Amino acid sequence: MAWVNAIIQGVLTGGLYALFACGLSLMFGVMKVVNLAHGDLAVVAGYIAIGVITVTHVPVLWSVVIVVPVMAVLGYVLQRTLIQASLDRGVLITLLVTFGLSVVIENGLLQFFTANSRGIGAGLPLVSESFSLGSQIQIAYLLVVIFAVAVVVLLGLQYFLSRSKYGRLIRASADDSEAVQLSGADYRHVFGICAALAFGTVALAGVAYGMYSQLSPTTGTDTILLFAFAAVVIGGLGSLWGTLLGGIVLGVAQQIGAQINISYEVLAGYFVFLAVLVLRPQGLTSRRAQS
Amino acid sequence: MSVVTQPSTRPAGGFRVTRSRRNVVWTGAAALIVVVVLALFPYIVYSGTTAILVQAFIVLTMASMWNLLAGYAGLVSVGQQAFVGLGAYFVLILAINGTSPFAGLPVAAIGCGVVALPLWWLVSRLRSGYFAIATWVLAATIMLIIERFSSIGGGTGMPLPGFTGMDPTLLVAYTYWAALAVTVLTLVVIYLLLRSRLGLVLTAIRDDEVAARSSGARVGLARMLVFLVAAAGCGAAGGVLAISQLQVQPSAVFTVQWTAEMAFATVIGGLGTIEGPIIGTAVYMVLQQTLQSYNAWYLIILGLVAMGVALFARRGLWGLVDSRLNLRLFPVGYWLRLNGDHLDGLAPPGRAGKSSRLASRASRQPAGPDAPVAARDNKT
Repeated sequence: MAWVNAIIQGVLTGGLYALFACGLSLMFGVMKVVNLAHGDLAVVAGYIAIGVITVTHVPVLWSVVIVVPVMAVLGYVLQRTLIQASLDRGVLITLLVTFGLSVVIENGLLQFFTANSRGIGAGLPLVSESFSLGSQIQIAYLLVVIFAVAVVVLLGLQYFLSRSKYGRLIRASADDSEAVQLSGADYRHVFGICAALAFGTVALAGVAYGMYSQLSPTTGTDTILLFAFAAVVIGGLGSLWGTLLGGIVLGVAQQIGAQINISYEVLAGYFVFLAVLVLRPQGLTSRRAQS
Repeated sequence: MSVVTQPSTRPAGGFRVTRSRRNVVWTGAAALIVVVVLALFPYIVYSGTTAILVQAFIVLTMASMWNLLAGYAGLVSVGQQAFVGLGAYFVLILAINGTSPFAGLPVAAIGCGVVALPLWWLVSRLRSGYFAIATWVLAATIMLIIERFSSIGGGTGMPLPGFTGMDPTLLVAYTYWAALAVTVLTLVVIYLLLRSRLGLVLTAIRDDEVAARSSGARVGLARMLVFLVAAAGCGAAGGVLAISQLQVQPSAVFTVQWTAEMAFATVIGGLGTIEGPIIGTAVYMVLQQTLQSYNAWYLIILGLVAMGVALFARRGLWGLVDSRLNLRLFPVGYWLRLNGDHLDGLAPPGRAGKSSRLASRASRQPAGPDAPVAARDNKT
């Protein structure tokens, strides 16, 4: 029964990891940007949420309504300035700049907000309560909600990219930005919108992790970025559904590892990541890039 | 490239390609003097100064290796802390078993080079950005594995044994010499590597990967060798780190901060030159020493400066010096003598697409090893 529990918990945390990964996947799929500051930006979003809640005393969930647009605007601005400028100078510079951004953000948070971990909405029924399934399985409401949010976000993105007019423009820009430019659309603006979408999901990921666990300046890299990346590679680069599958596989691997020995939790996830890298470098879903 | 195509005016056989430049003798002599003076430092300066220099040597070793990876082979690794940490642990494990930590340094270097081979097999499946994060995941994984072994300190680490009863002054001096030796050896290895056939391949990759590949350069093999060498260098630096701190703590040796420091120092100094990391390390040390009472601020400022340099002065500080003075402390390229006339032979990196400027300034501007028959002047 303990194993069944581990698998159920793993699948549900997989939703959280898919939420981590979806912004990374989107930015790579469209702009070919591997944003090394991805996780740190999620932590920034979480910290903004904490700030908003303590200053304005809005209900915890309402903070999302503020944080997501704020991060989306930040995403648009960053894409149009820093990221586009480095993209114009090549892959190497893009990596260096996003790595620099990651280190600057992480140490900036450390400097201004100390190394203390903070949670979001502790004591809230949604965060602390759970329901029972049988006698041994306890499922937290929060994880179910996060999983549902992840599925809705991925479904929405998938629908938006494949069906809507603007989604078509984004896919066209991803395929050939210069041809898009020649056809009269400003691909830089399109990239900006895409970054805004990605940062919106980053904001959700940051707040979700803050509620699920605790945020500290180092959470951004050692948890969010690395887990997001592991989920992306396990699932298959560039595929949004693969990302969900990758997140679930990572979550289940971690929970099973934790079941064997609590200290193997993270390690088990990375071992699965390495195994996928060895056996199936194209990821579990070998379908080509969706976005 | 109008300068390149003037073969008709060149007398057949009237040129020869040489390696050295005018200044190679005196720069070699100057380098030797610098090393000798540095080696005498424990006798002439306070131990506080040598301790700072040890730190500088560690960063310089790492930065030079990172430069080889990112500047030449185009491999942005964010996981070099894996080898820094492993190097420290090699020294620790040997010290626990009774070997002198100093004797552990070569073992740390070779050990890390060997470990890097299977790791390369794993990460080379991913390209550019994903390669970067994959190395990071590997570093995190290796740290988690090391933390499992309580006999080497587990998650909290342990002090480095093997120095009990040793005179502290002597220990400081030995540590300094070890750090100096590792750094000098690193620079010599890189210098010789870049002058070898592999160096030509690496320079070609640096300038244009696609062109290098299509000219038959074995890009994959060159990259693998660079990855192994860089692992060995970072391992040796990690060993020195363990000796200088007299303890090994997993979260301190496996922190991504090491990669941040080596990357920022390299970028600020200038990617793709041997001189760059030296200048960058100097900048790093100045910032770190002036801002050391302000916690993480030095890293924030260093990061911002590195981002600015990467965006606006791609060739770094050394690039700025080089474009004015055409100076080269480590001549790794070729140059052409035309009937006794000197022709420069080493292009600054990233000068592709500036051929018109090259042509207009042909009397002063050097041409690259990738444009070997550039003729400055055909007085003959």
